[in-house]
Amino acid sequence: MPFVSPEIFAKQIIASVQDYSILSWRAIANLFSRPRYWADIYTQMDSIGVGSMPIVVLTGFFTGCVLALQSATSLQEFGSVSLTGNLVALSMVKELGPVLTGLMVSGRNASGMASEIGSMKVTEQIDAMRALGTDPVRKLVTPRLYATVFMLFFLTVVSDAVGIAGGALVSVTLMGLNASSYFHNSYRALQYGDVVQGLTKPLFSGFIIATVGCYFGMTTKGGTQGVGKATTQAVVFSSVFIIVVDFIVSRAMIGIFGR
Amino acid sequence: MPADIAPGDISQTRQTTDSAEPVVVFEDVSITFDIKPVLQNISFTVQRGETRIILGPAGGGKSVLMKLANGLIRPDSGIIRVFGEEITRMRETDLFKLRARIGMVFQESALFDSLSVEDNVAYRLHEEQVPEEEAHKRVLEALRFVELENTIEKFPSELSGGMRRRVSIARAIIAKPDLILYDSPTGGLDPITSTTIIDLVIKQRDVSHTTSLLITHRLQDAFLLATNRFNQQTGKIEPIPNGGIDDSTRFLVLNEGHVVFDGNTHELVHTNDPWLKEYLS
Repeated sequence: MPFVSPEIFAKQIIASVQDYSILSWRAIANLFSRPRYWADIYTQMDSIGVGSMPIVVLTGFFTGCVLALQSATSLQEFGSVSLTGNLVALSMVKELGPVLTGLMVSGRNASGMASEIGSMKVTEQIDAMRALGTDPVRKLVTPRLYATVFMLFFLTVVSDAVGIAGGALVSVTLMGLNASSYFHNSYRALQYGDVVQGLTKPLFSGFIIATVGCYFGMTTKGGTQGVGKATTQAVVFSSVFIIVVDFIVSRAMIGIFGR
Repeated sequence: MPADIAPGDISQTRQTTDSAEPVVVFEDVSITFDIKPVLQNISFTVQRGETRIILGPAGGGKSVLMKLANGLIRPDSGIIRVFGEEITRMRETDLFKLRARIGMVFQESALFDSLSVEDNVAYRLHEEQVPEEEAHKRVLEALRFVELENTIEKFPSELSGGMRRRVSIARAIIAKPDLILYDSPTGGLDPITSTTIIDLVIKQRDVSHTTSLLITHRLQDAFLLATNRFNQQTGKIEPIPNGGIDDSTRFLVLNEGHVVFDGNTHELVHTNDPWLKEYLS
């Protein structure tokens, strides 16, 4: 890699942040003016939402299972194994459900978006689209953004539900807990603020996955090698952003709801 | 204004002026990528109905010039006018409207690989919400022009390089544009397929008289365009009788970002420029 001066490097970073911000803003604003590509939005919802269901269900379920299994050891020391449902529900809904779903969808879809749009970029299909009078941001980025934000919300709900179910399965079959008390404890543990916190996070994660994936796709340079690089960068950046933003949102929600 | 000119005459005069106005005007256009100047002080005009062939060695900035003409990239300095409108400072949303009048054939065809040939060719019609039945009819018409009707249901990956280029031409001409930009339509093709593509360009030129810009690396393509015509009676391409040349075909030769020649076929053939003589030989 050629060495660049700190000044040029800083300028490149600022220019990238500026381009990313402009792309994100245009992607949001496009839905409020014509033409709107509803068919593309529904196609993306199917591809991102329905297509990600298997991995989200499997991840959520086994996370719930392992959470119950691991927490039982610590809770046993205090004679509070019955609080397993409490712990699983809170962890899943507030933190693990949103973050793991975000990371799984990021791995699957941010890479998909970057490689798909990146391939179009290097084969001049994006230029062809512009030459044919279509705004590529409106046609490609806006549908992916709204579809990801909308579907990630529901994927997170599914992940939370199957996570709690996984925890129940382990608690009842392996630890001999009463199913009714597990679910009762789970339900009682959750307060309004916890649910709001857990369901606010996927809105941010969805935004990050789509905008980062599309940004790296739209800025792809240098043939197939460039597409590979864009794909990797999209997954790395979106995953890191999801975790960083998760922390910021958690802190803000604790500030608002006090827990 | 003379008193004897009626209002009807004024509109007629304006129309005549408009049709006399060049379709593409480049005035002192320069562009630099990173630190490398790609085009420097380029000036030329393309008149209505003219076929402008852009020649020059690889890396001379020909494709960049084509993208500038369509507003896909913006110059660092200078002015570009297309249909009398200055596109250098035009907003992207206005450019989309202007591009509805421009057809472009890309170097590597740039067909949408996830769409069938029919959807590729009908792309612009679908965007304009043209009814499906009419769109299908026009797609067939455009594909018939490039002699590829039987590929309508195929996908670009199932076509050969030459066929893809022809589908790309069909996509560019379907909306009956006022300006067509051909970016190396014969690049990377074998000589026979290249001739087929050039025949289509000649046919389009002589049937629709559309203004066009065409980049080519092959001198034989350029001279084929200048010395042949489409015979509408026989439906075939034939040499212009008595060694004649097509008046509407003009040349622009670029080298290292500069215009080294701007003129007609006769002037090009009889040039005294030593570099150009060597390039043409």
